[in-house]
Amino acid sequence: MIELIDLTFAYSGHPPLFDRFCLRVGKGEAWAIIGPSGCGKSTLLYLLAGLKRPSKGRVLIAGESIHRPRPRTGLILQDHGLLPWATVGQNARLGLAIRRLYGPDGRHAPVDSEVEPQDADRQIDYWLQWLGIEGLRNKYPSQLSRGQRQRTAIARTLVLKPDLLLMDEPFSALDAPIRIELQSVMAGFHRQSQLTSITVTHDIEEAVFMGRKVLVLHDGCNRDTEVVDNDLAGRSDERNSPAFHQRCEDLHRLLERRP
Amino acid sequence: MNKNIHPQSAVLGFLLFLLLWQLISLAVDRPILPSPLKVMPMFVMELPGVLGLHLLASAGRVLAAIGLAVITAAPAGLVLGQMPKLDRLFSPLIAITYPIPKIVLLPVIYVLMGITDISKIILIATIIFFQILVVVRDEAASLKPELILSVRSLCAGRRALFRYVYLPASIPAVLTALRISIGTAIAVLFIAEQSLTTYGLGYYIVVETYQVLRYPEMFTGILAMGLLGVVLYFTVASIEFRVNRHLFVAS
Repeated sequence: MIELIDLTFAYSGHPPLFDRFCLRVGKGEAWAIIGPSGCGKSTLLYLLAGLKRPSKGRVLIAGESIHRPRPRTGLILQDHGLLPWATVGQNARLGLAIRRLYGPDGRHAPVDSEVEPQDADRQIDYWLQWLGIEGLRNKYPSQLSRGQRQRTAIARTLVLKPDLLLMDEPFSALDAPIRIELQSVMAGFHRQSQLTSITVTHDIEEAVFMGRKVLVLHDGCNRDTEVVDNDLAGRSDERNSPAFHQRCEDLHRLLERRP
Repeated sequence: MNKNIHPQSAVLGFLLFLLLWQLISLAVDRPILPSPLKVMPMFVMELPGVLGLHLLASAGRVLAAIGLAVITAAPAGLVLGQMPKLDRLFSPLIAITYPIPKIVLLPVIYVLMGITDISKIILIATIIFFQILVVVRDEAASLKPELILSVRSLCAGRRALFRYVYLPASIPAVLTALRISIGTAIAVLFIAEQSLTTYGLGYYIVVETYQVLRYPEMFTGILAMGLLGVVLYFTVASIEFRVNRHLFVAS
């Protein structure tokens, strides 16, 4: 699904964050990317999202080289990015509205994405309901809790039926109980949909819960990929088990180690 | 502007205004301050006639100036707000020119452009221009980068960003700036209309009535100018209220 080939990236005036970095993510896999702040994990996500371009090397998604945001990639940010002047319903519709504005041109919207207005309504209803926020349809973001805002942002993304879901610290700003609940919601969604997903986080527990594979990044230049296979992902029943804590411990040690 | 004014309170306000006027006019007791009992009937009679024409001329100039200011200042403000480098270049200039009362440029504009409707409109537009420019710029600068990024990740190109982010973000700013600047705009209109024109409330008040000591008629002109200000102000405020509904909801 995703292939990074010899990816090199540096912010101007800074040493490179990635140097000839390679990564392969299979279809339907759930990945977590973890690392200290400034290690380039969000940058990597933005490169995948087509919001930044590599200095050298290529980002291939579904066989296509990425130069701009790709219609079938969904992105969820820590700061939900909702329009403050639009209601939950209008925000959830934003992606579809943008697609309608351009038509199915393959660039701003998938070629096969012609959506009838009543279908759009149905899809929005479905996802608002699925996320438990259908009663908030006419509320503005300022009237919502953080968790409800993040649910709205998730609805806005899922309405577009993405085949790749990128999440940048999606639940970091939430209180612990709500964070754990939303992690379970998204893990459940992954089980159901088998959607390829990548979650960037600095939270080790979140990485172990969200990532079937965990990519560990370090401060400084990332060249070799360090990937931990993690069979505990998505297992709500294992969350308090010794194995889960052991896995967190292992990851912690890996993060501490200087590359 | 937290609330729309209720019709009852508008009527009450108007009645109090008339009462106060009557009291002051009784206290002063000179021709320069005629009673509303004399002026109001005259105002109602004259409004469909010549006074109405003066009012229309003035309203036309203000509206043209507003239009001109909006179509130039709003895009400029958006560009400055979204391009910090450009803004750093221009903001000292704006900071210096913004507080200058633009009315002092009246003679310059008259000499350069002639004493025409266009020059009057441009003078008023200049005042509103700076107000809108500054407010829209600040509004556009306060749009979070995350918001733009996440909308761009929905594959929004420039057109969609304009339609769904920049336009809805700047309309409230434009309205706020207009509401704030309407008073000044009309004051400048009053001065600009005193020279070489045939229609316009400023001309009517100063040349056709004041200078020939027709004080009650002068007051119908003052009332008309007040009416223009009040109607414009509350029109803008009520549009603003409707557009900014998300700011007035109880959270």
